[in-house]
Parts: sequence; structure tokens; C-alpha cells
Amino acid sequence: MWIAYKTIVTKEILRFVRIWIQTIIPPIITTSLYLLIFGGLMGSRIGQMQGVNYLDFIVPGIILMTVIMQSYANTVSSFFMTKYNNSFEELLVSTTPNWVILLGFVSGGVCRGLTIGLAVTFTISFFVKIQINSFIVIAITFLITSVMFALAGFINAVFAKTFDDISIVPNFVLLPLTYLGGMFYSIDILPNFWRNISIFNPIYYMMDAFRMGFLGIGSVELWKAFLVPCIMIVMLALIANKLLSRGVSIKTE
Amino acid sequence: MTLALSTENLTKTYSNNLKALKGVNLRVEKGDFFALLGSNGAGKTTAIGIISGLLKSTSGEVKINGLDQNKHINEVKKMIGLMPQEFNFNPHEPNMEILINQAGYFGISRVEAKIQAEVLLKKMELWDRRFDVAQSLSGGMKRRLMLARALIHKPSILILDEPTAGVDVEIRKSMWDYLTQLNNEGITIILTTHYLEEAESLCRNIAILNDGVLVEQTNMKKLLLKAKRQVIILDTVEKLTNNISIANCDCEILDDTTLQVAQGENTSISDVVLSLSAQNINVSHLRSSQNRLEALFLSITS
Repeated sequence: MWIAYKTIVTKEILRFVRIWIQTIIPPIITTSLYLLIFGGLMGSRIGQMQGVNYLDFIVPGIILMTVIMQSYANTVSSFFMTKYNNSFEELLVSTTPNWVILLGFVSGGVCRGLTIGLAVTFTISFFVKIQINSFIVIAITFLITSVMFALAGFINAVFAKTFDDISIVPNFVLLPLTYLGGMFYSIDILPNFWRNISIFNPIYYMMDAFRMGFLGIGSVELWKAFLVPCIMIVMLALIANKLLSRGVSIKTE
Repeated sequence: MTLALSTENLTKTYSNNLKALKGVNLRVEKGDFFALLGSNGAGKTTAIGIISGLLKSTSGEVKINGLDQNKHINEVKKMIGLMPQEFNFNPHEPNMEILINQAGYFGISRVEAKIQAEVLLKKMELWDRRFDVAQSLSGGMKRRLMLARALIHKPSILILDEPTAGVDVEIRKSMWDYLTQLNNEGITIILTTHYLEEAESLCRNIAILNDGVLVEQTNMKKLLLKAKRQVIILDTVEKLTNNISIANCDCEILDDTTLQVAQGENTSISDVVLSLSAQNINVSHLRSSQNRLEALFLSITS
């Protein structure tokens, strides 16, 4: 099982490295633009947020947004492609158990999230002096965020029938949730009604914990910020494994 | 008799209510070269899909080398190598990687897989293309790559779904030779094909599916003996006249020097040639107008 797992992860890593112009370069350019526009041009007019420079404030959000998008994109596109070209049959006829297949694809998503997250952080370091309050909090938040969205991407791919279906969720669900999860602002500045709605957004908790790891500021208690995504990971993992074992959209019913 | 594969009342009804298999009982002996024939939509690919674990059956039982497929899923999967009809690899992946990854899915280490991949790629004459991506290969090369992939984990049963479709004559012949060699080494081969001469020349036993039902399962020689009337075409040296007749045979003059003869029961080709010779007509060439298995296949499935 270890060999099968290693094979899937290696294959996934090679896949996104092979197409680095599509996978690694665009997030770096996007990040630079965010920093230039929101941080450099507008940030000086905004001043401070939660007691820190606006440019410093948005850095954790930009990195986490990249991790979310890349982890999701990797599993959704990779798994969908295996369905599209029927190469998933290579796994179906083999002795690899479903949970190893799932773990392999999710690990691939985490690897891409980490690789591109680090590349983006490196790019940011040219614009801002990156502060680190707690490396452990950053690492844990990264991991649970990445795993959660890699799982969500996997489930999206299971149900996707066309290429459009794999871009709907990132564009119409993930991006708005990320923006509304406090990427560019603290939810403390929102009116009560919107603040109450924001607490149902799981990305808000991850964003808050990530900011705590970098800047030492946050609105939610850390245990709560970790618990919410962990519960979601368990739920998503169970759903994804069930879908795989039932062969939904993989085995003809 | 030791069976490599047996199915008991295998049925498959798809979600759209299409009954693809209606209680199929297949028996394939160990070491056999077995042909599973049927027209399009007869249920061959469904049967193969279930046997290889790609599809779930609706009911029935599949046993591989005596092991129940549902109870010994991993052992059974290790015993089977599948070469499907459609290309089902990642076309952007290098050929060598496709084989090594497939071995990895079966728990074979990269080092061991590399050795086996080299042997197979050389055998398939793809070694020079090992670093190329699969989409750059021709149709025949892709088929050979899939055959190599099916063999990477050294299965004891090889299932080939239309292995030579789209392959040129020369490569088809070399694939036949290789498959015969594998069979001689003890690998049980189950073959589906639309080239009936392929089944006739390679396989010892045969089953014919028609509309999800097994309508024939027998020895190839026995089946061919059922072909009572064979139609042959004769090219003659002399011009033919209208009063040609051969006992127990139906004759039809196709042109001045071409005669079609439907051989009657117990009439040999020698009888036909001798009879013509007695009528001062010498035969220069002789060929079969239709493959015997093809004629039988059509009569069984029509």
C-alpha cells in the first residue's frame, strides 16, 4: 500500500511540475498584483487594520487563498482528467484500496498547495518583511486548509461531467467565500448582521488562525479555528471515500 | 479440469434497464487460449469489465483460479491483466512512467518495475520511445503499450479486448506470435476480437455471446466441423462452359475462368478438383470465399 501511495503522490507532483507555467507562475503574478494594488497603492490610504499595517494584514490572506485555490485545483483537475481519459481504470483494476487512492490524490493537492504557497511567500518577501508569530500555528492551519480543500476538489471532480463543472465551484463558491472570509478585512469592522453570517463561512476560521500564526492577531479562539475545519475534513473524507467505494461516475451503473 | 475462470449465472442490468448479460456461465481452462466472440452490443465488454473488476455485476458469481472474486478481491486482481478496447492511459505521460506507475499500483517497487518495463518495452519494440509521451505513439504502438501495461505485474490470466484493432498486418502478426509465446509459457488468454480469422488461428476454445446470452461454448475444432458447407472460389486455366457440374456441390460461374463451388457434405476439395479435371478443366488457384468461423458465427448469431 505504501508503494501504491508513493506512486500516486509522485505522479501527482510530476504532473503539476511538468506544467509549471500553468500551475506555478500564474499565482505568483496574481500575488504580485494583489500586493501592488491592494497593499502598495490602496493600503497606504487605508492605514491600519486590527492594529497592523494593511499591507502586513493582507499577507496571510493572500497566501492562504493561494493554498486553498491550488489544493482544490490540483485534485479537481487531476481526478477529473483521469475520468476524462479513462486512466482511472488503471487504478480500478489494481490492488490499490480506495482510501489509498483518496489519500494519494489529497496528498498531491497538499503538495501543490505547499509548493505554490512557498513560492508565493517567497515572492511576497520582496514586497513586505514577513512576520512569523507561531510557525506551528501556520503549519497546522496550512495543513488542515489544504487537506480540506483537496478533499472538496476531489468530490467536485467525482460529480463533474464537463470541464465547466470543475471551474464553477472555484469561481462561484470558493473565491467569494475567500474574499468574504476576511482576506482583505477584519470581520470586526462588519455590521452585526454580516458578522453573524461570516461565522458560517469555514474559510473565516482558517484565515483567522493563519493570521494569528503570522501576526499574532485574531478574532476567534484558536481551538475553535482548528475544530471547524477538522470536522469538515472528517465529513468530506467520509463522503469522498463512500463515493469512491460506490464507484459513483467511475464505474458504469 | 482446472478452471482459470468460471462464471455462474452472471447478469448485468445497467441503470437504464439494458440487460447486457442474462445469466452467463463461462468456463475457461487454465492455460487455454480462449475466444469470446459476439457482435457489437452482445455483452463481451460488459463480461470482461465484470471479470476484471471495472464493473459490478447485478448478480452471479465470478471465480478466478477457484477464488471467489468478491471474497478474494486483491488476489484475483493480481491474477488478471487487462488490455481494454479503448485507450485508457494518460496521453501526456511518458510510456515508461505508464508502466512503472501501473506496477506501483500493484505494490511492485520502482526498481523491480523498471526491470520488467524494460523487458516488455523491448519486446513490444517501444524501448526507443520510452521517454516519449503516449499521445505521440501511433495507434498500433498504443495497443502494444497497453499490452505491456497489462503484463507488468505478471498476471496468470490475460484478457484482451480487441487487441489488434487498428494494427497493421505486420505488427498484428508479431503480436499473434507474442501472444502464442505467452500462452505457451502458461498464461491463460481470453480474447475478444472482430477478426474471426484471428480467433480461428489463435484460440483452442470459443464462446459466442449473442444479446447477453451464451449461445455456444465449445472447442474450436468441434465448432468448425459444424461448418458443413464451405464455399470455395476456383480460378481455372480453361474457359468455363455452362454445363459444368460437380456431384453434391452447387456451382456458379462468376466469370469466364472463375467458378464458385458450395461444397456438399462429405465432398472434399480433391473430389471437386478431380471432377473438374474429368471435365477437362484445370484449376490454377483456389481460395475460400468466406472464413468458416465467420460463416458459423453469422449463422449462430443471426
